[in-house]
Amino acid sequence: MGPIYIMWLRQLKRYVRSRARMVGSLGQPLIFLLAIGFGFGPIYQKAGGGDYIQFLAPGVIAMAVLFTAVFAGIEVIWDRQFGFLKETLVAPVSRFSIMIGRTLGGATVAMCQGVIVMVISVCFGFRPHWGAILLALVFMFLIAMLFTALGTALASQLNDMQSFPLIMNFLVMPLFFFSGAIFPLNGVSPALAVVASFNPLAYGVDGLRAAFGGTAFYGMGTDLIVLGFFCAFFLGLGSWLFSKIQI
Amino acid sequence: MKNNIIEVKNLTKKFGSFTAVNGLSFNTQRGQVFGFLGPNGAGKTTSIKMLTTLLQPTSGQITVDGKDAVKNAREVRESFGIVFQDPSLDDELTAYENMEFHGVLYKVPPAVRKARIEELLRMIELWDRKDDLVKQFSGGMKRRLEIARGILHHPQILFLDEPTVGLDPQTRNHIWNYILDLNQKEKITVFFSTHYMEEADRVADEVTIIDRGKIIAQGTPASLKKKARTKTLEEAFIKLTGHGLRDEDASGIEGMRMMKKMWRR
Ligand SMILES: Nc1ncnc2c1ncn2[C@@H]1O[C@H](COP(=O)(O)OP(=O)(O)OP(=O)(O)O)[C@@H](O)[C@H]1O
Ligand SMILES: [Mg+2]
Repeated sequence: MGPIYIMWLRQLKRYVRSRARMVGSLGQPLIFLLAIGFGFGPIYQKAGGGDYIQFLAPGVIAMAVLFTAVFAGIEVIWDRQFGFLKETLVAPVSRFSIMIGRTLGGATVAMCQGVIVMVISVCFGFRPHWGAILLALVFMFLIAMLFTALGTALASQLNDMQSFPLIMNFLVMPLFFFSGAIFPLNGVSPALAVVASFNPLAYGVDGLRAAFGGTAFYGMGTDLIVLGFFCAFFLGLGSWLFSKIQI
Repeated sequence: MKNNIIEVKNLTKKFGSFTAVNGLSFNTQRGQVFGFLGPNGAGKTTSIKMLTTLLQPTSGQITVDGKDAVKNAREVRESFGIVFQDPSLDDELTAYENMEFHGVLYKVPPAVRKARIEELLRMIELWDRKDDLVKQFSGGMKRRLEIARGILHHPQILFLDEPTVGLDPQTRNHIWNYILDLNQKEKITVFFSTHYMEEADRVADEVTIIDRGKIIAQGTPASLKKKARTKTLEEAFIKLTGHGLRDEDASGIEGMRMMKKMWRR
């Protein structure tokens, strides 16, 4: 058992033990599936887009992964406030491995939420191609790692939860809404297309949708490369900032 | 092996314009029980955080076991264990899991880890509660667990920042005996801060008293009592700092401050 494994295990144990959080964070994706999915479904169909749930479900799955991942990263602030962060920071282990361990843990949790939402979507009529399910899991994992690392990077610069609403409203929400999760990117105004092209989640949603059998906007290869690049970048940034934490 | 396991030179820490630690210099000998005393806000915790690589000094030098605490933080972390003043347990894990987490991070071999966790949990009388979540524990139980955890990997230096606050007298005795026993048998250096003067008097080989970030007096408890011409360390402390332990109000003590200057080296 190494430090990375024990950090990973800790994140998982905390997830499994807080059922309320697990159930609570399913609320938002459920609302999106029901309200947006069934609300806009008929219009989407009339406009010739086909079955909206097929289109929306990958976006909502990505959303569940995004929110859980950012949240898992932000948890560093809690650890700081409850004091446990000190215990990990004085350990004779490189802070890089501490950060990687907890990011892997957070990402695993985020993937679990994604898989649960995928199952729920299927109950609501989502019919993915199961052939590329492994590829879909790869995309979920990349999204999860990327945003847990981003959350960790942010949290290592903050002392308390005061700025949490700021992060939710000015970072996480825009990331989601400007990603093409709820509307197709082809045909949107050029300005919106440019914004989306700088949004890592746009590639995550696109890749996930393609893996589930939908049509890709950027192409799956591009999605993988861009997402992989962003993921590596935020892991680097996150672990660098994490290693600089002072208490 | 060098005789000084901790060497501190001109250690200073500023928070903005406020100087919390102001030019501290002292050495701790290998195997010593070293008491770090001072009233609230004296800068004890801030100093310990710098010694344990959690905080960067504004200036000055810290050498722990021959290594620089700023440049070789990773290596320095190999040589100590610490019990923080503030809580540092994971409330969502059980007592056993908290111990195991620590053991794995500090690379204690599995067999030793298992045996030692049991021994320590029995010592602090929490063995029968080992599978309870820490959030269900009382303050004293959490404190005991933190102390046990700090000892788990048998570090070369054990930092204890007010370890026995909130513990009843028997438990305090019991834990100190265990620590002093380790100090004897394993030659573990113990660096502790406390507000209990009789505790410091009893266990410390040497004490350093600081106030407002500066050293006021250094020496063995006996020599300090002799210098201050008092019977107890508590009285010596009051005489030297110019005020009581939790008396932050500094008014009307200018006369005492004059006296304090005489004791400064
Ligand atoms: N992060 C910080 N930012 C600003 N000031 C700080 C910070 N940490 C400590 N201080 C200040 O530094 C001074 C020394 O604090 P420290 O915690 O080291 O005292 P202490 O000797 O441990 O006291 P106590 O006996 O109450 O634990 C205090 O005046 C405190 O307000
Ligand atoms: Mg303190």
